Amino acid sequence: MMENELNLPEFNIPEELDGKVAITNLDRLYNFGRRSSLWPMMFGLACCAIEMIAAQAGRYDMARFGMEVMRPSPRQADVMIVAGTVTKKMVPAIVRLYNQMAEPKYVVAMGACASGGGPFKEGYNVVAGIDKFLPVDVYIPGCPPTPQALVKGMIRLQEKIDQQSISKVRWYKKGADSVEIAIPFLGPDLIDPRRIQDIKEAANELATVNTAEEGAA
Amino acid sequence: METTTTTFELDKTFPGIVMADTRSGYEGYLIPSDQLLKVCADLKNKHGYDLLSSVTGVDYLSEGKMEVVYHAFKSSGGPALVFKCQIERVDPMEMPSVTSIWPGADFQEREIWDLYGIKFTGHPDLRRILMWEGFEGHPMRKDWKEAFYEEEKKPLKSRWPQGNHKYAETKTPYGDNVRFDAGFDPEKWVPTDPEEALYTALKKFKTEVKDGIQTDHIIVNMGPQHPSTHGVFRAVALLNGEEILSLKPVLGYLHRNHEKIGERNTYIQNIPYTDRLDYFNSMYNAWAYSLAVEKLLGLEVPERAEYIRVIMGELSRIQNHLILFGMLWNDLGAYFTPALYAFEERELILDIFESVSGSRMMCNYHRFGGVVRDVNPMNMQKIKDLAFDRLPRKVEEFDKLLSENEIFVSRMKGVGYLSPEDAIGYSVTGPTLRAAGIPYDIRRVNPYGIYDRFDFDIPVRHNSDLLDRYLVRVEEIRQSIRILQQALNTIPEGPIITGKPSYQIKVPAGEAYGRIEHPKGELGFYVVSDGSANPYRYHIRTPSFVNITSLEKMCVGTKIADFVTILGMIDIVLGELDR
Repeated sequence: MMENELNLPEFNIPEELDGKVAITNLDRLYNFGRRSSLWPMMFGLACCAIEMIAAQAGRYDMARFGMEVMRPSPRQADVMIVAGTVTKKMVPAIVRLYNQMAEPKYVVAMGACASGGGPFKEGYNVVAGIDKFLPVDVYIPGCPPTPQALVKGMIRLQEKIDQQSISKVRWYKKGADSVEIAIPFLGPDLIDPRRIQDIKEAANELATVNTAEEGAA
Repeated sequence: METTTTTFELDKTFPGIVMADTRSGYEGYLIPSDQLLKVCADLKNKHGYDLLSSVTGVDYLSEGKMEVVYHAFKSSGGPALVFKCQIERVDPMEMPSVTSIWPGADFQEREIWDLYGIKFTGHPDLRRILMWEGFEGHPMRKDWKEAFYEEEKKPLKSRWPQGNHKYAETKTPYGDNVRFDAGFDPEKWVPTDPEEALYTALKKFKTEVKDGIQTDHIIVNMGPQHPSTHGVFRAVALLNGEEILSLKPVLGYLHRNHEKIGERNTYIQNIPYTDRLDYFNSMYNAWAYSLAVEKLLGLEVPERAEYIRVIMGELSRIQNHLILFGMLWNDLGAYFTPALYAFEERELILDIFESVSGSRMMCNYHRFGGVVRDVNPMNMQKIKDLAFDRLPRKVEEFDKLLSENEIFVSRMKGVGYLSPEDAIGYSVTGPTLRAAGIPYDIRRVNPYGIYDRFDFDIPVRHNSDLLDRYLVRVEEIRQSIRILQQALNTIPEGPIITGKPSYQIKVPAGEAYGRIEHPKGELGFYVVSDGSANPYRYHIRTPSFVNITSLEKMCVGTKIADFVTILGMIDIVLGELDR
């Protein structure tokens, strides 16, 4: 913890009380607590997960930033690091895990695959980026990103948290406690429940084009 | 270099039934499907081909044939016996299953059913394995096109040479990586339970009444998100109390379509993809692929490159085993302390990889006919410091601190037994097989590269339990250090690659199978070329995928808490398990 990090800059603390007393506002205190104890979910999908573990290990030591408490349960986690390729078979489980996390919750897309499909984008079982389903806060480029890049990305997330205000955040607003994303399901291919109407229209259009082509032939 | 030509002549042993494969560049024999089981039984029982290494399909679309290729070996060593079985490419396609002879074909035949749609009659549990039940189509068929399909082969004209790339999403009717039949209506679609077949595959659920107490067997799902499954692996276990009665692995949560993408890629574009198979050992994976393609090209590898391959490969093996130990102790409850020690050594090895190749994990270092960059004297010195000084010390430290820990030994000893016969039958390779008393190490029984020049032992133990699998690996690290030291002392100067490096090569038509002793077992690449710049068939036989076939056998009868350790000691990596 940086000394005087909590202090509002416009107040001067008398010298004899320096480091003992802080004058601050609620937002600053609230954000300071949250961002200094970001607990990631222990959840690795592919290669990037290994670099995530390396970032937790001795040399890079994410514990310096309060991010070392990996929680295997989504109920206790603050941030979901999507570390690896998201496949169609896996995405229902990921969305379910996200729904199970308590607010406030954040998503970090680690690596090329989680950000946009990466080298596997054209694959028939690959979802081209987790942002098709979850709201992503920070994207980290790399294949895989180095541990330094991951730490940098997490610091970005801390900066984002610093900008939030307790009076405006969504999880204290009236209404549902937490954001729920409709869970996709596995049919003949991956079906996103939010896009059922689009799929129906596109499939109908294809059918009319096909019959027109047959008629022409 | 390894040769797969065989002195055993199958067509003379079964005259009139078996034919030699006479296509140019091909090897092995063709067996008609109605005689397959008879010939296979003889091969195993009379001729000693007890280890069926790889089974895979090839779709010869233009010839209207579907082919299944088998690579069988003797567990005593020697080259491969390649045989093939062709059927007409008309649905429904059926072939006899060889699982009754080689149970190790189980998951590989399921994979062929999943990706090619060949039904194996007599298979005990033929379900889709990588994709889910209900997925439309068999994606590896040559006439099946994925949603983001643009062209048959790369480089794609939209990207090169014109370079007008648009997002793939804008080119498909659904605006996403999905494909549905024309007229598909998701509202009227009746969902089928994709898990139903899985649960029926488990032993029947039953209720027992014993001494007036009613007992239910329960089904427990572990994964795909579970801290001890080493990734997105999932297992479904039927339990009686804590005892496992039946267990089925569920794969495919990281199925990244390496093979489909690989058949669209040019040969050289596949090398970075091999890094992402077993992402701990990117320095070793591409070696097997290079071997296969070098065999097709007839390329020789310069001396210095061979030595560099050995040095990088053995460094990779050391860090792989160290990480395995760290993760094993995590699973056993000593959370992260041993892993921290393992990662300390791994970082030093990764520093070398980063320095010679440019990347910590995805090294992209091998090329056909050599390696891409030389190792400069500074890095050579770093490797020497590790191999002669630090690593030998650290291995002894690990061994002293961990191997005789009482809790550790009692958790490991006698658990997860697999008999030597079963180990061979299930096509298990790598340290698990050597812990069952079979001295099968491809570096020795079928040498590739320059491994025949080094003096090293194949560690073997005979109890075939978890402790033995652990101790075999400890000893393997010591042997790797021995190989490293010899290689570092004798490495010559010289070129590191044959010919001029080129981004696109044309490979003569034919087929080749390159296999290496990967830290986890046998890693093989089966490549079929049709003479163009892209592989016609690109199959990866990964040790994790085949070794996992024996998981149920090892787990039945043990406690559910031991499942995690047994799984950990198979040493799976999801990247190559699901590919």
